[in-house]
Amino acid sequence: MTEVIRARGLRKEFTVHVKTGRIRRARRVRAAVDGLDLRVERGEMLGYIGPNGAGKSTTLKMFTGVLTPTAGEVRVCGLRPVAQRTRLALRIGVVFGQRSQLWWDLPLRDSFDLLGHVYRVPAAEHAARLRRCRDLLDLDGFLDVPVRQLSLGQRMRGELTAALLHGPEVLFLDEPTISLDVVSRQAVRGFLAELGSTGDTTLVLTTHDLADIERLCRRLVVADLDAPLPEPPVLPGAPLREVAADGRRLVYALESAGVAEVVSGLAGVASLRDVAVVEPDIEEVVARLYGAPAPAAVPAP
Amino acid sequence: MGSLNATVAPFTTSNVIPWFRTFWALAASGFRRYSTYRQATVAGIVTNTVFGFLRCYVLLAVAGVAGTAGGYDRPQLATFVWVGQGLLTVVLLWGWTELADRIRTGDVTADLLRPVHPVTAYLATDLGRAGHAALARLLPPVVVAPFFFDLYLPTRWPTVLLFAGSATAAVVICFACRYLVNATAYWLADVRGPLVLWTLGSGVLCGLYFPLRFLPEWLYQALWIATPFPSLLQTPLDVLVERDPAPVQVTLVAVQAGWVVVLLAACRWVQRRAERRLAVQGG
Repeated sequence: MTEVIRARGLRKEFTVHVKTGRIRRARRVRAAVDGLDLRVERGEMLGYIGPNGAGKSTTLKMFTGVLTPTAGEVRVCGLRPVAQRTRLALRIGVVFGQRSQLWWDLPLRDSFDLLGHVYRVPAAEHAARLRRCRDLLDLDGFLDVPVRQLSLGQRMRGELTAALLHGPEVLFLDEPTISLDVVSRQAVRGFLAELGSTGDTTLVLTTHDLADIERLCRRLVVADLDAPLPEPPVLPGAPLREVAADGRRLVYALESAGVAEVVSGLAGVASLRDVAVVEPDIEEVVARLYGAPAPAAVPAP
Repeated sequence: MGSLNATVAPFTTSNVIPWFRTFWALAASGFRRYSTYRQATVAGIVTNTVFGFLRCYVLLAVAGVAGTAGGYDRPQLATFVWVGQGLLTVVLLWGWTELADRIRTGDVTADLLRPVHPVTAYLATDLGRAGHAALARLLPPVVVAPFFFDLYLPTRWPTVLLFAGSATAAVVICFACRYLVNATAYWLADVRGPLVLWTLGSGVLCGLYFPLRFLPEWLYQALWIATPFPSLLQTPLDVLVERDPAPVQVTLVAVQAGWVVVLLAACRWVQRRAERRLAVQGG
């Protein structure tokens, strides 16, 4: 088995401008991908899932050389994706479900011909691959329609074909079944399953549709969302006493505020998981009473 | 698999020919893409022709009874205007925001995933577009004009070749300027500001609103050398109407060649800078 993708400590940060006042904006650095380590062998079919914003697309963009990683290193087919992007492009195929790589105003057939020239695919190979895609993806009905007039399902089948005409070693698919109907979805899945079964093409797939993964992937990578923690809210009458567990646990003291006020104040925090009201035990109460300077105890002069 | 560490494949005859084939295929696709919009072409021709009449009468009025203005005689002025009206859409001074739009929407990702440098790919497509414009947009005004005005025909045969070269250089220079203006979208997300500056600056300084020879000599010479604008339109037209003796014609085209090299290098440099900081919009 040979290694196709190798990532070590891969990290990508974005600077986000957050509005803080009428004109002022604060710069915040947010890591979309933080320390990813991954090894993918030739012929693997890898499912890559995670919640929205977990950096799946960002990771694929770093693998394909579109984005420069902030830190860490990555090799795809033994190449450095950004520095050797045009050479890497000859050996990988990419489908971004929400983007088109076809020429908007050209018929599908012309787009495929043009791709053959752009990737310098020998004519016989090009014709053979196109014939196979036409059979499996049922392209014949709309080969002469300009891309802008295709339905989403048709376009997606076109995109898949476009990504495969140069016989890539690795196929990256970013949500290839997004907003497809059941029939198109099955066509795409069936096609990818067939492609993966030959064992020549490595498949890296991100999706929110777990049926895709179930049907296609023998290995699953889960990206977890490590969202930045919100600032602890300031609650009147209940000072913040303690911040524990890397800022994940906040301890407030109930002084003048009641339980209901504090809980409703905390409810605004989106990432709130659990609230516990802890009664101090009697010893602690007594100890605190004794420890506090009692006004009556002050001797009069 | 070749060597792993070489960043650029060696430039040998074995890959120069495929390179040209790719370039040619992209140019042909540019031609076809623009040929699909027939109504737009017809509308454009009508507009160009109407404005051709306006501009031509204005310039002929400037020439007045003396019959010359800025060193051009009446047929030279008419040719300047009418060929200029056609050339305007061949170099495509205005109205190209394709790259900026693709940067804004994030579709530029697809351009980066091709095995061709984005500047090369866009240039090839633009040359194809210019080829289509030369047939569909340059010819009609030139055919219409002789029915209404005396036009100037070149008297020296090398002028025709020089004009062809000069017009091609003008297309490449204009493409590079547009690419740079569009590429500001990598930093600004909204290119309307730079676009307005470009529209104003190029219109005045390229010789569209009036021939630059109307300006004092020191000024237009400074413009010629210090800015690419006269190379966009004024140069090919001056070459065609033989405003200057042959050696000056050649010098003007040589200045254009200089701008081609400088601006294409600038495009590649800007593209490289942009890719380093690129954040693809919209997930």
